[in-house]
Amino acid sequence: MSSPVIQVENLTKSYGSVEALRGVSFEVQEGEVFGLLGPNGAGKTTTVEILEGLRSADGGTARVCGLNPLEAGLRFKEEIGATLQSTALPEKIRVREALAMFSSFYGRRRNLQDLLRRFGLEEKRNAFYGQLSGGQKQRLALALAIVNEPRVLFLDEPTAGLDPQVRREIYDIIEELKQEKKTILLTTHYIEEAERLCDRVAVVDYGKVIALGTPRELKQRSAGTTRIEVRLARAPQDGALGKLEGVTDCKQFEDAWVLHSTRVPATIVALVKQLESDGNELASLEISSPTLEDVFLELTGRKLRD
Amino acid sequence: MRLALRTPVFIFFSLAMPLVFLFTFCGFFGRGKPYAIPYLLASVLALTVMGSFWGLSLQLVTYREMGILRRFHLAPVSAGALLASSILSNYLLTVPTVVVQFLLARWLFHMPSWGNLTGVVVMVTLGIVTFAALGLIVSSVTNTAQETQIINQALWLLFLLLSGATLPLPLFPGWLQRVAFYIPATYLVTGLQNVLVAGTSVMHLGADLLSLSVCALLAFIIAQQLFRWDPGEKAPRRARLWAASTIIPFLLLGAWETHRGSLRASAQSTFRSMERQAAPEELPH
Repeated sequence: MSSPVIQVENLTKSYGSVEALRGVSFEVQEGEVFGLLGPNGAGKTTTVEILEGLRSADGGTARVCGLNPLEAGLRFKEEIGATLQSTALPEKIRVREALAMFSSFYGRRRNLQDLLRRFGLEEKRNAFYGQLSGGQKQRLALALAIVNEPRVLFLDEPTAGLDPQVRREIYDIIEELKQEKKTILLTTHYIEEAERLCDRVAVVDYGKVIALGTPRELKQRSAGTTRIEVRLARAPQDGALGKLEGVTDCKQFEDAWVLHSTRVPATIVALVKQLESDGNELASLEISSPTLEDVFLELTGRKLRD
Repeated sequence: MRLALRTPVFIFFSLAMPLVFLFTFCGFFGRGKPYAIPYLLASVLALTVMGSFWGLSLQLVTYREMGILRRFHLAPVSAGALLASSILSNYLLTVPTVVVQFLLARWLFHMPSWGNLTGVVVMVTLGIVTFAALGLIVSSVTNTAQETQIINQALWLLFLLLSGATLPLPLFPGWLQRVAFYIPATYLVTGLQNVLVAGTSVMHLGADLLSLSVCALLAFIIAQQLFRWDPGEKAPRRARLWAASTIIPFLLLGAWETHRGSLRASAQSTFRSMERQAAPEELPH
C-alpha cells in the first residue's frame, strides 16, 4: 500500500487550560473514507482544522499529502477541499458567483455547470446565498469544497443541524464522492453517518482516539453479545441486573438499563423471574444487535448525543 | 486575473450605499459660487476618498466575525492578495463616484477649469489606496464590528475637522494648524486643493505624494502582517503598537512641515486665491 494521504501522530492542542487534543494519532489511506466519531467537544474539529492548516498544533505532527499543512502554504491549499462546521459566505453573493469566485483561486478547476447540476443547484444558480435553505447551503459548501478536484476532502460535521431527509441527500452526495475514490476525512456525531459512509472510524473522546477500526470491527468488540435495554417500574436492587444469567455488562442510562448478553433467551427468563420475585414490573424492553452507539457507550460510558 | 475575477463580487456588495450617500453630499456642498467650486470640490473629493477607509475596515471585520474569511483561508489565497484585491475593488468602487462628482462640478456648478487633471487622478488614486490601507490597519487591530465603528468614528471626526476638508485650514488658530500637519488627511486635502485650484503639476506635490505613498505602503505591509482569518484569534497587544507606527511618516513630515511651513503657505495661497474672487460672506461655513 502506498504511503498514507493523511498522517497524524500524537497531536496535542490546548486552549488556555482546556486540553482539546491529548495525543491523537491515525492514518488515512488514499481513497479511504475515514470518520472521526465523537460527541461535541471531543476534539474532532480541532483535529480537522489543524489538518486544514487553519490552526497550529501544540505538539505532534500532521501531514497531508506529505505536506505540513501550516508551512506548505498555498501549494497545500490546492490539494485540499473542505467544508467547515459552519460555512459562512456573504449574504449577497449569488450561488454561481460564489462558485466562480472560489474556482478562480485554483489552478485546477472543475466545470461549474456540472457542479451546479450535480449538487442540484441549477435552479438556484442566481439566488443569493442568504436566501438558500440549510440543505442548499450545505450542498453549495460541498460544491465549493470540490471546485479544485482536491485530493483530500475534509468534511466537518457535514450534516449537523439538517433534517433527516436533507441529511440523506448529503449522504448520497458523499457516497458519490466516495465512488470517485476521493480520500475523505469526515467528522460526525451521528452513528448512522459513520456506519453508512465510513470505511474506517476513529472514536474520539476527550481529545483522544479511544478506538479505531472499520464499523464492523468496532461492532465486533461487542462480539457475540446482544443489547437489551429495559425500563422498569421501580429501580432494581443494586447490581441485581448485572448478575442475571448470560449478562456480561450492565449500565444505567437515565431511566433505562442497558444489558449486554451472550444468551438472550436465558437472560430474559431470568429477568422476568427476578422482577416477579421483587414485585417489580417491566415498563419496556428492547432487544437489538449492537450498533456503534453501543461501542461508544461501552468505551466511554456516555451516550453520543448527550 | 485572479483579482479581476474576484473583485466583481466584492464590488457587488457595497455598490449602492456610497453612491447614494455621496451624490447627496456633492449636491449639498456644490451649491456655492463657480469660483469657489474648485476649492469645495477638493474637499468633497477628499471626503469621498477618505470614506474608503470606513467601508473597507468594516467589511473586513464583519467578514472575519462571520467566519467568511475562514472559508477563504481554506483556498489558496494569501493575506496580501486578499487585501490588495479589497483595495482594488474599493478603488474601482470609488472612482465612478469621484468622476460623477467631478463632472457635476464642472457642468452643473460651472467649475471654471478642470484643474490639473493628471494631478487629480494621481491624488485621488493615491488617496484611495492610502486610506483603504489605513482602513485595513483599523480592521487588523479591532476584533468586532462595533469596535471598528468606534475607532472609525474617532478617526473620521479627526480627518473631517482637522484636515481642512470641512473648515479651511487657514481659518484655524496657529497651534491647531500645526496639529493638522500630523494628520494624513491634511496632505490629501491640500494636495487636491493644489491640483484643482492652482493647477499645480504632480511634480510639485512632493511632500503630499511622498507622505501618502509611504503611509499606504507601511499600512499595507503592517495590515498584511497582522492579518487574522479566524474570529477566535484576538488582536495581540503588539498589533496596536505596530498599527500605531503607520503614523510615523506623518510625525516626521509634520515636524518637517512645522519647521519649513510650505504646506501652510500653500494652504493659505489656495484659500486666498478663492477669497480674492469671493466676498467673505459667501465663503463656505
